[in-house]
Amino acid sequence: MSQQGYVATPPYSQSQPGIGLSPPHYGHYGDPAHSTSPPGMMKPAGPLGPAPPGGILSPGPPPPGPHQFGQNGAHPSGPPPQRFPGPSPASGAAPSYAPYPPSAQQSPYTGSTSTSSVGQLGSQLGAMHINSYGSGMTPPNQGSPGPLPAASLQGPPRPPQPSILQPGSQVLPPPPTTLNGPGASPLPPPTHRQDGPPGPPPPNAQYQPPPLPGQNLGSGYPPQQGNYGPQMAGPQLSYPGGFPGAPAQMVGPPQLPKKLDPDAIPSPIQVIENDRSAREGQVYATHTRGQVPPLVTTDCVIQDQGNASPRYIRCTAYCFPCTSDMAKQAQIPLAAIIKPFATIPSNETPLYLVNHGETGPVRCNRCKAYMCPFMQFIEGGRRYQCGFCSCVNDVPPFYFQHLDHIGRRLDHYEKPELSLGSYEYAATLDYCRKNKPPNPPAFIFMIDVSYSNIKSGLVKLICEELKTMLERLPKEEQEETSAIRVGFITYNKVLHFFNVKSNLAQPQMMVVTDVAEIFVPLLDGFLVNYQESQAVIHNLLDQIPEMFANSNENETVFAPVIQAGMEALKAADCPGKLFIFHSSLPTAEAPGKLKNRDDKKLVNTDKEKILFQPQTNVYDSLAKDCVTNGCCVTLFLFPNQYVDVASLGLVPQLTGGTLYKYNNFQLHLDSQQFLNDLRNDIEKKIGFDAIMRVRTSTGFRATDFFGGIFMNNTTDVEMAAIDCDKAVTVEFKHDDKLGEDTGALIQCAVLYTTISGQRRLRIHNLSLNCSSQLAEVYKSCETDALINFFAKSAFKAVLHQPLKVIREILVNQTAHILACYRKNCAAPSTASQLILPDAMKVLPAYMNCLLKNCVLLSRPEISTDERAYQRQLVMTMDVAASQIFFYPLLLPIHTVDVKSTALPTALRCLESRLSEEGIFLLANGLNMFLWVGVSSPPELIQGIFNVPSFAHINTNMVSLPEIGNPYSQTLRMIMGIIQQKRPYTMKLTIVKQREQPEVVFRQFLVEEKGLYGGSSYVDFLCCVHKEICQLLN
Amino acid sequence: MATYLEFIQQNEERDGVRFSWNVWPSSRLEATRMVVPLACLLTPLKERPDLPPVQYDPVLCSRPTCKAILNPLCQVDYRAKLWACNFCFQRNQFPPAYAGISEVNQPAELMPQFSTVEYMLQRGAQTPLIFLYVVDTCLEEDDLQALKESLQMSLSLLPPDALVGLITFGRMVQVHELSCEGISKSYVFRGTKDLTAKQIQDMLGLTKPAMPMQQARPAQPQEHPFVSSRFLQPVHKIDMNLTDLLGELQRDPWPVTQGKRPLRSTGVALSIAVGLLEGTFPNTGARIMLFTGGPPTQGPGMVVGDELKVPIRSWHDIEKDNARLMKKATKHYEMLANRTATNGHCIDIYACALDQTGLLEMKCCANLTGGHMVMGDSFNTSLFKQTFQRIFTKDFNGDFRMAFGATLDIKTSRELKIAGAIGPCVSLNVKGPCVSENELGVGGTSQWKICGLDPTSTLGIYFEVVNQHNAPIPQGGRGAIQFVTHYQHSSTQRRIRVTTVARNWADAQSQLRHIEAAFDQEAAAVLMARLGVFRAESEEGPDVLRWLDRQLIRLCQKFGQYNKDDPNSFRLSDTFSLYPQFMFHLRRSPFLQVFNNSPDESSYYRHHFARQDLTQSLIMIQPILYSYSFHGPPEPVLLDSSSILADRILLMDTFFQIVIYLGETIAQWRKAGYQDMPEYENFKHLLQAPLDDAQEILQARFPMPRYINTEHGGSQARFLLSKVNPSQTHNNLYAWGQETGAPILTDDVSLQVFMDHLKKLAVSSAS
Repeated sequence: MSQQGYVATPPYSQSQPGIGLSPPHYGHYGDPAHSTSPPGMMKPAGPLGPAPPGGILSPGPPPPGPHQFGQNGAHPSGPPPQRFPGPSPASGAAPSYAPYPPSAQQSPYTGSTSTSSVGQLGSQLGAMHINSYGSGMTPPNQGSPGPLPAASLQGPPRPPQPSILQPGSQVLPPPPTTLNGPGASPLPPPTHRQDGPPGPPPPNAQYQPPPLPGQNLGSGYPPQQGNYGPQMAGPQLSYPGGFPGAPAQMVGPPQLPKKLDPDAIPSPIQVIENDRSAREGQVYATHTRGQVPPLVTTDCVIQDQGNASPRYIRCTAYCFPCTSDMAKQAQIPLAAIIKPFATIPSNETPLYLVNHGETGPVRCNRCKAYMCPFMQFIEGGRRYQCGFCSCVNDVPPFYFQHLDHIGRRLDHYEKPELSLGSYEYAATLDYCRKNKPPNPPAFIFMIDVSYSNIKSGLVKLICEELKTMLERLPKEEQEETSAIRVGFITYNKVLHFFNVKSNLAQPQMMVVTDVAEIFVPLLDGFLVNYQESQAVIHNLLDQIPEMFANSNENETVFAPVIQAGMEALKAADCPGKLFIFHSSLPTAEAPGKLKNRDDKKLVNTDKEKILFQPQTNVYDSLAKDCVTNGCCVTLFLFPNQYVDVASLGLVPQLTGGTLYKYNNFQLHLDSQQFLNDLRNDIEKKIGFDAIMRVRTSTGFRATDFFGGIFMNNTTDVEMAAIDCDKAVTVEFKHDDKLGEDTGALIQCAVLYTTISGQRRLRIHNLSLNCSSQLAEVYKSCETDALINFFAKSAFKAVLHQPLKVIREILVNQTAHILACYRKNCAAPSTASQLILPDAMKVLPAYMNCLLKNCVLLSRPEISTDERAYQRQLVMTMDVAASQIFFYPLLLPIHTVDVKSTALPTALRCLESRLSEEGIFLLANGLNMFLWVGVSSPPELIQGIFNVPSFAHINTNMVSLPEIGNPYSQTLRMIMGIIQQKRPYTMKLTIVKQREQPEVVFRQFLVEEKGLYGGSSYVDFLCCVHKEICQLLN
Repeated sequence: MATYLEFIQQNEERDGVRFSWNVWPSSRLEATRMVVPLACLLTPLKERPDLPPVQYDPVLCSRPTCKAILNPLCQVDYRAKLWACNFCFQRNQFPPAYAGISEVNQPAELMPQFSTVEYMLQRGAQTPLIFLYVVDTCLEEDDLQALKESLQMSLSLLPPDALVGLITFGRMVQVHELSCEGISKSYVFRGTKDLTAKQIQDMLGLTKPAMPMQQARPAQPQEHPFVSSRFLQPVHKIDMNLTDLLGELQRDPWPVTQGKRPLRSTGVALSIAVGLLEGTFPNTGARIMLFTGGPPTQGPGMVVGDELKVPIRSWHDIEKDNARLMKKATKHYEMLANRTATNGHCIDIYACALDQTGLLEMKCCANLTGGHMVMGDSFNTSLFKQTFQRIFTKDFNGDFRMAFGATLDIKTSRELKIAGAIGPCVSLNVKGPCVSENELGVGGTSQWKICGLDPTSTLGIYFEVVNQHNAPIPQGGRGAIQFVTHYQHSSTQRRIRVTTVARNWADAQSQLRHIEAAFDQEAAAVLMARLGVFRAESEEGPDVLRWLDRQLIRLCQKFGQYNKDDPNSFRLSDTFSLYPQFMFHLRRSPFLQVFNNSPDESSYYRHHFARQDLTQSLIMIQPILYSYSFHGPPEPVLLDSSSILADRILLMDTFFQIVIYLGETIAQWRKAGYQDMPEYENFKHLLQAPLDDAQEILQARFPMPRYINTEHGGSQARFLLSKVNPSQTHNNLYAWGQETGAPILTDDVSLQVFMDHLKKLAVSSAS
């Protein structure tokens, strides 16, 4: 692999002034001009600072050619010199086997070190678990043989210590079959293997190594493929090499049958469980600057004591490096994932509302930051110094208060804005559009009544359900009824508006056929109070299905529908939300007309990005208009074929709406899922017409934003609406030095309109530490947040760059972050050791999951719409959602204690964790699978499915029968807990072992090699390790 | 033989025709010297209770260029069963059905008293009548309410099988679907976008599967309520629905800010109405009835912007070429009017507002299609309500007094050619041998289309004598004209009314007396007035007046008896004596004078002048004045300021207004309350008499006149004072020292002055 080419290139996030002025490759996906990076990479003495990891590579041969990746070294066929300077073992030693040179006898990066370490990566990796898990956790592989206690226990007792792979300390023994305990039966032979090893077959078929990445990894991560594929010299050397565990040098294939034990590498589940056991159920108070909160998977009570709850803001690192040089060196993205409207559990305090009357919030004169705990009162309380810009402001007379002996205002604890991290301000007219108080928002329901929707019964279903759902429009707690007004539109090729004014005897329908220039035909009576117009609305909802029962209109329009809704809101001068129920590609003659452009030939080419881009710019400008008018679009899609999600989904995405997709919607199967989604979406807590501004203390600033947002300039994040499930990821960059004592302060202010039409400001404050010690930085990182950031930035980049490049960048940055740690923070050790920072122990595991997400996999087998859909979903995910999305939750059901109400301990997403005798539940936030082993206990099957045996289980069900026995109750309770608070209703699929649907299920066993490509975790870790080693050299 | 007066009257009653000359000068040269052209006023559908239609098709001359209809003037050979066309002299076989005719067994059309025959055609699909209401919703609440009530009421007056449709407009235009159960449905259009007919039909979903429908239509006339049925429905089916729909009609809901006019999309609404009918029922009887309460303020056909500070155009603006929007709007409505006329539909305009509503621009819609134009102050007045109701009055047969889609075809004998027509018609551009190259009015054709007409609709038809002077017509020769009006009766039958008239030729040199005696000065005045008004539409007012004056002087020179240069010797014979007076009043009439009238009013007056029959037209030219006093029974008096006496009550009928004026003394008496004292009951009766007479006029007239009840010194008295001949003004009041009459404060010349000048000019040898 040639990642070392990347070493010096800017990581994803950090702009690197040192590398010339050209836009950094990573930070700017769209920018092909990363040609200036090689110098930085090649010349350690360059501006990169004292010890760029790549520095050691300095005198390497020049890049092979001018082609783009040659410079960065990441080109598939590039000759290795640059990567393997000096001895160039990879080539010299007739590389052992394809994917992972580390396992070669002459590992390139170990070339200069002890011979003993040569080719011992396997053992190192094998040992890794010892160190990483040793720290107070029970190693999962208790059954593993002796070496464990023997050598490598230096690390374990220090939990915060990084995991260290001790070189040579452990030779990975052939994994005993009992390694994983009862469930660890031999892995089923990977069905996906396409080509067997060319060499002699492994002696032990049960331990077949992972397939050759170079050959059949597909798009797992091409660099690997690219670099190693060509190097496979001889048949014997091309022996499945994912598997670096050769204990001996120069081992021949027969001696390398052992696979690196997955249990020996850092386990995400273990990390989660550790954090749980340490912090679950505790009170987490936010008084301390820069403290790392519990993981998203840990349930604890959060007490606001001056910093925003992690439910609102999570950061990738809670200690920022002091200088940009350090940041560049570490390449850890500095980002915050902000979920301003996060739902707060009932046992935590809701936000206080501060109302200063007509004067409005107190703000710093210079930077306009809002009064917050970071303001320092001085001169007896007459003035205060802004924590963000250091400007000294006069305290407004009405706000004056004396200070106590420690310089704190006497009313410190009485004013939320002085003592809390999060609170709300009542906004004054200055904060309103046109200086007028806003009108309460409106919901407009827009139903596609074309033939297919009528025929599938969807229209009837929607109309029926709306009658009850409208009773539950969101309202302020103190209000009796909702202030939200509702309106209805149906459409096919033309639009039908409905007048449902309360004084009408029957609704009136107004057909607008001029879709080229859509307009709103009525004002009065279109948006009505549901309670007042209930009779007319019910009348209408009863009639809609009949009215179009005989329609045979197949064509639909789409952009005019959104336009109509937006114009209606504009005319009514209120913000609002459109609920669009749509099913087909809009082919009727109208603006935004789309054609089927799903071209599988584009997959895996540089043009693949086109598939993710909208077909026309109509939707772009429409989205802009929508945001300007506070019009949020939520789209429910019911496609039976390609509908161009990339185009249709653009407006929902940019307007802070949600896209729901139900492939091949069938009324009897999918209606529950859809209705739950619809119900949740209607009831969601939501703010409209929002503008978010993220202010920071001096020395750094917010530079990039990801999410369901729209930006007209570089600082104001505009959102037509933002609901409780939407998160915005904000990236920060240095523009100066940060002080260790002042720390880094972040204030996120969201100006929005409530559901009752009040204008409010929601303020979240967070203070972070700063350090000039990289170790401190590494210690404070949060992997879940990092993955959230990486996912969003990569998925955004998908629009502009070839996927291959993106994948390479991700792999490289991972390696780089870890290499930097290794180089700067870890205790000196052999270069071949894989040492992972404690906080990033599972970064490779998660990164691998991200890499094999279907968006980043260039495979024609995956539907284009599905990829576009998932791409869009991820863009607004918060940390919890991205965590479970990329690393699904796998729960054993057969071993559950039916008396306990807690969730069982999750399992790693490995095939070896499944057992024929068991039933397992897997959830990723979108889908839920109940996997039933062929030998599952009949009483369990009876208890859950109410059928006598495995054979009787009907896999067509989408919900479990409600049976009164403990198994059923417990399982349904577990499913309920998992579903709770998830933005999307997960569709349940029953998977019987060894039946066809299992293929789908297996894709979610993310630590395994993917069906459509993507390497296993083990392989990936090896790959990363190799990268690191190269970097270190 | 009776007098010419009786002859004229008899002819009018029988044929609905009045000629300016009833004996025709026999050569072209002589005819031009007669000054007043040979012309006639034709009332094609004049009510003839005594004339039942015949139940068969007319017999046509077989010559393709002639196709005249068998008439009493034709030579018939009963034995050979042949007839000779009296226009082209073609000899024609009678059709088999006429096998039994003989001198004693003649079909009606051969009998001399049946110079007018109405045939009821036996073929052709019968399409129900169509009434499409186009309703402005930008009205005041009570106006809208009144209009809604009128419309609801009208549903009960329509023929039950008539198709009815509803379009409402304001800022948007809504086409209402009428067949919906449970929900009222309408198609909405933006009021600012000009749409082509095709777009409109596409958007309304009216585009029919072209080919099958064309072929299927003759075969299955039953399947008539086709695509359009959603918008046009039989009244009997949906009158409940429509009544409710009208009842629920709201004022245009879009807010109108201070200082703005409501946005009114009249242009688009009309365009959609036209397009709707065009696409679904071409060439069938249909009325588009536009009810508007203000000027179009947006979109195509916009007459004035929505800024109130910019007033609507006045004559002053138009003269100064300052009416920015007028030309464009006029063009839009002309385009619509022409399309409508092509399709045989007619457009009525009911405009009720205090200010102008853009009738000037929209007038062609009614003028070219034979639609009605009604102008009032508010829909909530009896003027509108009664007028509207009167549209649906029925005749002695119980049929509606309206006909549709008529074509008027005129045949003349060889000595004559057709110069043109003036009236609610459009040219069909049918050139033929009898079409003159000189146009008077709408010419260049022998056929016109009159999309909507009623029994009083009257056209002025102008002819030209083409016989050369050196080829005299034999003594006793007669010229003939045949008017063939093919129309759809309100009972939806197709009918043809044929009127064949003949007049004697006379040599103007030897028989000038005859010609003079056969002059119909009333018809001539109206026909000349029509020419004048027609010219006024396109020419400057003073030019038209000069032309009229010149014609009058020439006529006096030709037919007056005088000694050269001796004005006092000037005499006119009885048949000409009233003519100068008509011309005097015509010059002062609102048809030629725009002073004190808005452009809309001028358009309105001219519209009615160009379609009313002779009697009404004369009233318009010279209003009639009745006097009521204790000195005798009510009597007509001179339309002169000298008629305004203190002890009289005057009743003036100007056609558009009925004015009751109490003289000074009468007014004082009434003020003193004498009418309430039993001993002065005769005074009460005197007061009541003109009221009763006025009621009678009000009951009969369409459109209903404005009713003004005023007295000496009242502000409304101006309506009377502006009409009477100002024989006494502030200039000459004291010169005579008389006490009679009321002086008019005007600089206008009086009839006496006018006549003096006329005599002077007529006898002058210089001219």
